[in-house]
Amino acid sequence: MVGPMWATVKHPAYAGHPLFVVQPLDETGKDTGNSFVAIDHVQAGVGDKVIVVSEGNGVRQILQQGDVVPIRSIIVGIVDHVETA
Amino acid sequence: MYLGIVTGTVVAERKTSGLEGKKILLVQPVDEHRKPLGDVQAAIDTVQAGVGDLVYLVGSREAALACDPWFVPVDAAIVGIVDGVSTP
Repeated sequence: MVGPMWATVKHPAYAGHPLFVVQPLDETGKDTGNSFVAIDHVQAGVGDKVIVVSEGNGVRQILQQGDVVPIRSIIVGIVDHVETA
Repeated sequence: MYLGIVTGTVVAERKTSGLEGKKILLVQPVDEHRKPLGDVQAAIDTVQAGVGDLVYLVGSREAALACDPWFVPVDAAIVGIVDGVSTP
């Protein structure tokens, strides 16, 4: 989780959904790949390690806003800790 | 979804059906510090964005879902104009 972002002018499907920039991490917490934008569904906070779904059908199932929802990425969990062997 | 900066406009008079009247903009994908990521791409505009605006886009099938009518052949759609990004 990098930080919140704001957009006043946006597609109506995004109304009421907080937007965040997120940075993918590996299991050790190291950055992997490019940051992207996701909406929040779990009241995540800045600096939280989160789980993100980046797939449109999953988003539509979670939001239940109908079938025409142009949103691909949604934060669905806050990670407490990760154990590696 | 991802961030981008609008860098230009594409004028295409003849387009496939469903895309008539839709504005196509050139967008450079960027990170939260406006650092360029990858190549410039053409995206359909749904929010009246302009050159120089920091925007966010959605790609793949969801790009088509941002359009009206939504069953259209597009790769990327601009779905918001970013007012600000807070980075620690």
